[in-house]
Amino acid sequence: MSKIPAYLQRGYITPEELFSIIPKPSEERLRKRPVAVPECPQEIPCAPCREICPTGAISMPTPNDLPVVDYEKCIGCSLCVQICPGLAFFMVHYVGDKARITMPHELLPVPERGEEVVLLNKVGEPVGMGKVITVVPREKSKGDTPIIVVEVPIELAWDVRAVKVVRE
Amino acid sequence: MRLNEHPVLRFEHGREITIYFEGRPIRAYEGETIATALHAAGIRVLNYSPNEKRPRGLFCAIGKCSSCLMVVNGIPNVRTCITLVEDGMRIERQHGRAKLPREAKPPEFRDAKVVTADIVIIGGGPAGLMAAIHAADAGARVVLLDENHMLGGQLVKQTHKFFGKREQFAGVRGVEIARILEEELKKRENIEIFLETSAVGIFQEGDEKLVLAVRKNRELLEFRGRAIVVATGAMEKMIPFENNDLPGIYGAGAIQTLMNTYGVKPGDRVLIVGAGNVGLILAYQLIQAGVEVKAIVEAMPKVGGYFVHAAKVRRLGVPILTRHTILRAEGKEKVERAVVAQLDENWQVTPGTEKTFEVDVIALAVGLRPSIELLHQVGCQIKYVRELGGHVAVRDEWMETTVRGIFIAGDSAGIEEATTAMLEGKIAGIAAALRLGIANESWVKGLETAQRDLDEFRSGPFGRHIADGIRKILAEVRA
Repeated sequence: MSKIPAYLQRGYITPEELFSIIPKPSEERLRKRPVAVPECPQEIPCAPCREICPTGAISMPTPNDLPVVDYEKCIGCSLCVQICPGLAFFMVHYVGDKARITMPHELLPVPERGEEVVLLNKVGEPVGMGKVITVVPREKSKGDTPIIVVEVPIELAWDVRAVKVVRE
Repeated sequence: MRLNEHPVLRFEHGREITIYFEGRPIRAYEGETIATALHAAGIRVLNYSPNEKRPRGLFCAIGKCSSCLMVVNGIPNVRTCITLVEDGMRIERQHGRAKLPREAKPPEFRDAKVVTADIVIIGGGPAGLMAAIHAADAGARVVLLDENHMLGGQLVKQTHKFFGKREQFAGVRGVEIARILEEELKKRENIEIFLETSAVGIFQEGDEKLVLAVRKNRELLEFRGRAIVVATGAMEKMIPFENNDLPGIYGAGAIQTLMNTYGVKPGDRVLIVGAGNVGLILAYQLIQAGVEVKAIVEAMPKVGGYFVHAAKVRRLGVPILTRHTILRAEGKEKVERAVVAQLDENWQVTPGTEKTFEVDVIALAVGLRPSIELLHQVGCQIKYVRELGGHVAVRDEWMETTVRGIFIAGDSAGIEEATTAMLEGKIAGIAAALRLGIANESWVKGLETAQRDLDEFRSGPFGRHIADGIRKILAEVRA
């Protein structure tokens, strides 16, 4: 039997595993503007990200190939994050000692701009608090999925992939 | 137990009415099923088994199993999962095999209303809808029947966005696809639709084919056509474990139906068995509905569904226990706990690894099997093909079975995806119209495009086993 990748045994992928499959954007690129990073390591028949990308930054010869983003062509528009049926696209942007993570948020309540939210890592553990910078509501999202931009400590840039809204 | 808020869905209730459960008045809404209204009122036990008198509850919620049979207005064996509530309805739990009312005189088929068309399509899910649309566009008069009260099949509970290419509705939610296809269907004047109508048999009379059906549990109908497309879908699989018949154990699809179609929560705390796409998607949908998912257990050493679906629920804190199985359900009249354990390399339970989860719902997402009863009954050649989910009808590239003029599409032709069901429906609809000489040669191109799209969809690692299964079927038809 061929070896089962660890991420398929656990259900989440570590940054090391991900970047052994696709290249990591350079520090310089991450500082310039938001860049789209697909956390989509399997060959599944799916292509909306490639079809919606306005700059042709996503290469995928057939729908069964992995999406690979040309980080130089990516303009950080977030359309892929909005459309992705697997909710597997994220954008990362380094700003000072913070990172801004763009992520889908298909849960209630949808946080408000400026709200402090609990940051969740890839296994749903709370790892700190972060501030919501931007909210694109469902009605304005290209893929019927609300997306949010959350500011997190830079060292959590590759850990935080969800948030929890806690209101009194 | 009713959902008021949802991140994706908006629930619109019909008029409020009253039904009576064993004499007790219960609030219900027009347009929902009896089982849904009872669930919303917290009633889980729908009947008792004939021999051991064990309590039974809803399992499939789409009319495919018999676990929801109840006595409605004095009539036993009513599938309460697909029968709509009516004001003043009297509903009783059924105790084993119930007697028909003595004074009732069942209708006879010689008195049945006859409906004729060129092509009769059984099933209004993604495959049947696409078959109807394309057969109609190719010039055929089409009749489509479905035993549910709404079109769309299982699309109506799929809140997630579809994969594939944009021209195949990728990035669009299943519920939305159901709406789009229904609108398309209703635009076409040469399609007649019969809902709440169950096909019970297919027969041949000269060049004609007859589909015998029952509408709303009482009216007999006879559909006549020269070709039939069977798109009857699939049924949820069960696995053996102690107390697997307790109310509160549902097929995954039943929970989706309750929660996403009718806005009723199945319970508060859930254990899911099976980490294929259905189990993973279900976990996410439960969280969206505000239900706690304690864990997903999976006997395989890895997640069977798409990794991205697993990542979605992991980051919301749901553990996925691979190499684990369910040992038993515990509880008196309904599920109160689930006991799971780890499996070793030889699929044997490792002693001492038992874990108990306090849950009121156990969701089984352990696969589907094609619904082939009608195909079997009419004499289509049947073959067991593991890759396609069990016994399936032998068919050719045009989706025609070994009984000329009977076509298949969707899960009843082999367990796959709604995307491929739609493509197969397109092929079957066009092929049936071509076979009858209604469609002209130019339609062959459309059929071939759909075949190419199917090949492309199945060319990746997830589609390969399906392609293998289909090769076995095609080898059979050529032999």
